Amino acid sequence: MVNIGCVIKTPGNTKNNKTGSWRTFKPILDKESCIDCDNCILFCPDSCINKQHDIDYDYCKGCGICAYECPSDSIEMIQEESD
Amino acid sequence: MVDIPDKNLLAPGHRGCAGCGASIAVKLALNALGENTVAVSATGCLEVMTTPYPETAWEIPFIHVAFENSGAVASGVESALRIQGKDDVNVVAFGGDGGTVDIGLQSLSGAMERGHNMTYICYDNEAYMNTGIQRSGATPFGASTTTSPSGVASFGEDKPKKNMPMIMAAHGIPYVATASIAYPEDYVNKVKKAAETKGPAYIHLHQPCTTGWGFPSERTIEMGRLAVETGSWILYEIVDGKFEITYRPEERKPVKEYLAPQKRFRHLDDELIEKIQKYVDAECKELGL
Repeated sequence: MVNIGCVIKTPGNTKNNKTGSWRTFKPILDKESCIDCDNCILFCPDSCINKQHDIDYDYCKGCGICAYECPSDSIEMIQEESD
Repeated sequence: MVDIPDKNLLAPGHRGCAGCGASIAVKLALNALGENTVAVSATGCLEVMTTPYPETAWEIPFIHVAFENSGAVASGVESALRIQGKDDVNVVAFGGDGGTVDIGLQSLSGAMERGHNMTYICYDNEAYMNTGIQRSGATPFGASTTTSPSGVASFGEDKPKKNMPMIMAAHGIPYVATASIAYPEDYVNKVKKAAETKGPAYIHLHQPCTTGWGFPSERTIEMGRLAVETGSWILYEIVDGKFEITYRPEERKPVKEYLAPQKRFRHLDDELIEKIQKYVDAECKELGL
């Protein structure tokens, strides 16, 4: 679908592109030990951790910033298994 | 603490590298500005990764313009909104360091001089990352890029970083600040202040780049923090001409701790590192850090 002037009329439609397929390491968050500092939410480049600290694996690219910046070591990066 | 909004205004699915600092920069800025905002962006990483046609990651009105004229286009948007009586809309322009300190400097200077009520945020990753890591006016001394490569004949970039925030301050605009994505509270406060300022506001944001600087993707924030903790990047603001440091490291770390983890500085010998340390020391002394 091409519009004159390259206008895109559907805000936020990069959501069509599931960047989770880029991932080689997957963050697993342990809510028990989480101290709710929100570092992972603030620093996620792909806006894929919500207020409840649920990680959206459809988009998470596995950069690992969340785990690295977690002061309570509540996030572990584990290698993805091949399909 | 920084407020976490219910809805992010930069959607996921964008094509930024894993660990991209620019998307963190924009996400945090839009959180602070809110939905009632129009964004303009120069050509650069940000535009390429957030708007792969026919898709856009932006949840607010967004205009991509040429490399050199985001200042001019944001001026036009601000004027049009003002004439329609819509003076409660934030107008923000984003430019990379290439689009700001090199190619977009004339249109930005004009916009600042004319006194448009807008915020300009330069996300500075210290080279032209989108086209393959070519040096820009914001590339720091000693960095190896594809157009200032280190090797037998050269140690890399041989000129210091252009002092863009002070060039903006010399325009006499009401608000100028430096910020870093590694200090989100400081950065978000500055974006809010800039938006509330009547007249032009400029924020120069230090933004580490995993691909261009050569460090693992999980260390984007840490690189930003090390830049500030070593005094290589100083957080300050200039409000109506009054200069103030907004964050002081408890004890300034040696600059080597910032340089060593990055591939672009890996070739530097002790002599050059000492030269950079002296340069940083002089800069810190001048600004009173």
